[in-house]
Amino acid sequence: MLTDLTIAQARDGLRAKAFSAVDLTMAHLHAIEALNPRLNAYITVSHARAVDQARAADAALAAGDARPLTGVPLAIKDLFCTEGVRTTAGSKILGPFVPPYESTVTANLLRDGAVFLGKTNMDEFAMGSSNMTSAYGPVENPWKRKQDNTAVLVPGGSSGGSAAAVAARLAMGATGTDTGGSIRQPASFCGLVGVKPTYGRCSRWGVVAFASSLDHPGPFARTVQDSAILLGSMAGHDPKDSTSAPVPVPDFEAACARGVKGLRIGVPREYHADGMPTEIDALWQQGIGWLREAGAEIVDVSLPHTKYGLATYYIVAPAEASSNLSRYDGVRFGSRRNGEDLRDLYERTRAEGFGPEVRRRVLIGTYVLSAGYYDAYYLRAQKIRSLILKDFTDAFAKVDALLTTTAPTAPFAQGENMDDPVKMYLNDLFTVPSNLAGVPAASIPAGLDANGLPVGLQVIGKPFDEETVFAVAAVIEQAAGFTALPSLRAGG
Amino acid sequence: MSLDPATIRRIASLARIRVEEDEVEPLCHELNGILGWIEQLNEVDVSGVAPLNGAVNMAMAMRADVVTDGGYPEKVLVNAPERIGDFYAVPKVVE
Repeated sequence: MLTDLTIAQARDGLRAKAFSAVDLTMAHLHAIEALNPRLNAYITVSHARAVDQARAADAALAAGDARPLTGVPLAIKDLFCTEGVRTTAGSKILGPFVPPYESTVTANLLRDGAVFLGKTNMDEFAMGSSNMTSAYGPVENPWKRKQDNTAVLVPGGSSGGSAAAVAARLAMGATGTDTGGSIRQPASFCGLVGVKPTYGRCSRWGVVAFASSLDHPGPFARTVQDSAILLGSMAGHDPKDSTSAPVPVPDFEAACARGVKGLRIGVPREYHADGMPTEIDALWQQGIGWLREAGAEIVDVSLPHTKYGLATYYIVAPAEASSNLSRYDGVRFGSRRNGEDLRDLYERTRAEGFGPEVRRRVLIGTYVLSAGYYDAYYLRAQKIRSLILKDFTDAFAKVDALLTTTAPTAPFAQGENMDDPVKMYLNDLFTVPSNLAGVPAASIPAGLDANGLPVGLQVIGKPFDEETVFAVAAVIEQAAGFTALPSLRAGG
Repeated sequence: MSLDPATIRRIASLARIRVEEDEVEPLCHELNGILGWIEQLNEVDVSGVAPLNGAVNMAMAMRADVVTDGGYPEKVLVNAPERIGDFYAVPKVVE
């Protein structure tokens, strides 16, 4: 089936004229038609536009002008502004918003010939770990518990729609954003590779802002090589984002074949949670064994402030969000609810447009930045953020990369972890520290738990050394030989 | 530090989000749950530590102070919920 191909295989097949870009895009559009009503992975499917882009790709291929992604159908998280295609950020308040411009990351993908199938579902403004906060309904994880085929599991979040789409073969790859784990946790939950690159590697221009110092665009794919191909296209310096790094983009795909012989891999003892299933711990141990067998030296390291990462994040991220989301005022774009006067218009527009989790975070952020509380909360959190960065800097003086588990649990059912916000936040325990420090990290599917659900391992690298992350990830992928497939998928 | 109903009303007003009277109590409970959990940060000794406000200590890029963009009011206004000519329209703010 065309929908089962990897991006690398599709690239070769398109160049060899084994099939056309229109064939490949149509196969995915048919799969979306069949499965999206159930999975709800896409909020918007841009059928006609995708077919036009595929035709253009076929013309380019015929003319011998193939680019890295010519004719490859992708899904785009609905946080990336796409010119002329509605962009909601999973929120009611952006329901009517059609951007008149294209984000830099998606423009880079289009430059390289990609076809966009549509915009994927997500937690509202990327705030969530289950996709349950979306104003456009929850997403079903295509994976099922083998003992209980009826339980509807979450795909993780916030990039839940992108992860479900790629896992179910409704796209060959997807963009996501990761502010506290929003690429890596759903990748782990859906049996995919998800990469959060170094802060500054991918431009944030045109990506709806949540917490600007923590937001990282990155790719989802079914193989390490595919994720390297996608990141290679997405990355690059952008003068329109003042935090975009003016550094060259290395050949990530080539780095996948480097191996780990002679590398020093750190195992941070703090990446363990009370009550973590023993099988997740066991898989971590297995991952350590795989890297050792492949010639890496395993080193015990300590990142003593790991446990404070999450609480630090829940000051810094809401603070930045309360500021970023002040732009939704019902005046310049988005939905409006009229009131008695301008102030009442603002207050009603925002009360109606924001869901409960977004409201909670904007209020927390407003509080921690307010007069009298700034030093106790925000300034203290920024200092602990320094200590967390120092943990990584110290560890990377001794090792080339770190190996941890991605998430403390396997995918849970819709409705679980909903009674207490903090319980949901704990999903990001192992992913948040690398957002605070800006270091690159990837989740790689490494095995299944007793329920037959995917579990990911996380590789964390030095700033701007995604190449080593890809090298380590590829060795884990090969050793794991992860061939399990989700129950719900195109042709499945 | 814990939030009382008056503080909830104050921060909701600062955030320009209308909160109905019957929502104040549940919000108080939720936000205090989160802030109580955040209190663990008080265990950390931060004396002499400089705050970090971004992931990367990077010098801000400078560019020439010239106009590089603009001149398309239609594009700027295309998403306005209400407009009058080339202006955003809002309820009257001055009597």
